[in-house]
Amino acid sequence: MSEHVVSAKTYIAVWLTLLVLTGVTAGVAFINLGPFNTIVALVIATFKALLVVLIFMHVKYTSEKMVKVVVVSAVFFLLLLLGLSLADYTTRLL
Amino acid sequence: MADSPIAVEHHNPALKHHFADMEQQREASSLGMWLFLATEIMFFGGMFCAYLIYRLWYFPDFGAASNSLDITLGAVNTAVLICSSLTVVMAVRAAQLGKRQQQVIYLALTLVLGLAFLGVKAVEWTSKFKEHHIPGPTFNFEGSIPSHPDQPVDQHHAQIFFSLYFAMTGMHALHMVIGVGIFSYLLYHAWKGTYTPEYYTPLENSGLYWHFVDIVWIYLFPLLYLIDRKK
Repeated sequence: MSEHVVSAKTYIAVWLTLLVLTGVTAGVAFINLGPFNTIVALVIATFKALLVVLIFMHVKYTSEKMVKVVVVSAVFFLLLLLGLSLADYTTRLL
Repeated sequence: MADSPIAVEHHNPALKHHFADMEQQREASSLGMWLFLATEIMFFGGMFCAYLIYRLWYFPDFGAASNSLDITLGAVNTAVLICSSLTVVMAVRAAQLGKRQQQVIYLALTLVLGLAFLGVKAVEWTSKFKEHHIPGPTFNFEGSIPSHPDQPVDQHHAQIFFSLYFAMTGMHALHMVIGVGIFSYLLYHAWKGTYTPEYYTPLENSGLYWHFVDIVWIYLFPLLYLIDRKK
């Protein structure tokens, strides 16, 4: 149901979380975690994106299942593109 | 037709005849918007893919080039976009609750934040231009690999980083410019009182677009600005 009215409190909580995570991701970049620097940055970015999609973009509240199908399949095809390309380029011996 | 009991029962002037009710109409338009966003994901996905492959190949040079970007401006711009996403959801909420004045205020704030983002971006690009970091015949990048200060940066690899940087932030900024145009239109209509709790589809769908552009930046910030920053 897209007319579901989300409380202003929820929106502000999400907004604060997003701001804090922006600070965290910038701060963590200066700490040496070896290869985990990239992983931590991507995990934080994905968590932030998830918050935006579910709450701000109302995917959590929609009763239209096709919207969820479109979102999941779009992400799936993106991961297919990135995953298979990287699987190729990282295993080439040339 | 006017005598048909169905037509008489729910006659909302915004309801098009091929939809059963307002809810179905709203969900159909939202689904269409999401399909458009799926194509946008694949559009940006191509650039992200190119970026990931080159980053994997030329990681040390990418780190050096990334370190020349202003992390403060990048973080501030991330915060600006996150704030604009909040004002967008608040504007949609105001429409759902039928509060015209709040709608106008939140949409105006969104426009201000969107323009602030573009302003910061212009400052960043100007400094890159002055430093000769724009890919082309005058490209020149002096620097060394962050983890090996005695090793100079490969100019070609640094140039690839900046090509991707300008392609990705440029396409993102173009989306922001289009977003500012769309939100100016929405502001005008919100001012006229076009959007009501029964009909605010343009606001809802433009909001989805704005959040999508925000998400792209949420990924661009760590990927472009935060490579190999560790001390």
